[in-house]
Amino acid sequence: MKLSAIKETLNAQVLTGEEFLDKEVYAAFGCDLMSDVLAFVKEDTVLLTGLTNPQVIRTAEMIDVFAIIFVRGKKPNSQVIDMAKERNITVMTTDYILYNACGKLYEKGLQGLDIKGVQVNG
Amino acid sequence: MDDKSGVINLEYEVIRYDFSKAGQASSEIKKVLKQLGINSNIVRKVAIATYEAEMNIAIHSLGGRIIVTITESNINISALDYGPGIENIKLAMEEGFSTAPNNIRELGFGAGMGLPNMKRCSDVFEICSKKNKGTKVDMKISLN
Ligand SMILES: Nc1ncnc2c1ncn2[C@@H]1O[C@H](COP(=O)(O)OP(=O)(O)OP(=O)(O)O)[C@@H](O)[C@H]1O
Ligand SMILES: [Mg+2]
Repeated sequence: MKLSAIKETLNAQVLTGEEFLDKEVYAAFGCDLMSDVLAFVKEDTVLLTGLTNPQVIRTAEMIDVFAIIFVRGKKPNSQVIDMAKERNITVMTTDYILYNACGKLYEKGLQGLDIKGVQVNG
Repeated sequence: MDDKSGVINLEYEVIRYDFSKAGQASSEIKKVLKQLGINSNIVRKVAIATYEAEMNIAIHSLGGRIIVTITESNINISALDYGPGIENIKLAMEEGFSTAPNNIRELGFGAGMGLPNMKRCSDVFEICSKKNKGTKVDMKISLN
């Protein structure tokens, strides 16, 4: 799915990286746990999250994620937007909650990631 | 630092609770590896391993260092800190175990997946820790 189609589907506002809306992602991952993002996300995946701190951008950078959608109308501060800009990461914000944003993208055919179950000990 | 034997050494200081800078070392390490033309799968593993290690030092320790040595055959990562050490390493290695307080969880950390992620990304993984002394995590990622 093209980032431009994601923008449209989620009625999202692009905060930076408008010039990359032609790029395409093949999966989505919705999560507020950065270590889970690092464990499961592969390339060409869009990340949906309610967190807006610098660590979200850093995490995306480490695994070459180039598109982040902030849900629930969240907007990061300008320092975080600048970090994304420097790294050519497209950042959008949508008013939908995480569940609805994921649902809308899924409905349009964007799949979630296929992961093996996480073993939780204890 | 780049010596004649073709070995590259990178070293970074990681400061406790400095969340605006935390991740910078990993970011720079990643850039160097890319510049060296190292395979993107390996770059990804090193990036995840160093970033988790860097965040653990920033979050759980008093501060420490990340040292990366790139040889012809391996990338060696050492993450060491000045304390307080890990009481029960076996427990700390379990997926889902975390002592991260709420203010850290609000940043998106504390899933208890960092150490397991590091282990998964490395070909050799060793951790030693002494209560009230410090922790050292050594990881080796093979280039072949
Ligand atoms: N350098 C360290 N010094 C002291 N304790 C540590 C250190 N690294 C990890 N720990 C302990 O081990 C636990 C597990 O670490 P791990 O990285 O797996 O999870 P986490 O950091 O709590 O959460 P996550 O990495 O998923 O955000 C930590 O919660 C902490 O108690
Ligand atoms: Mg951790």
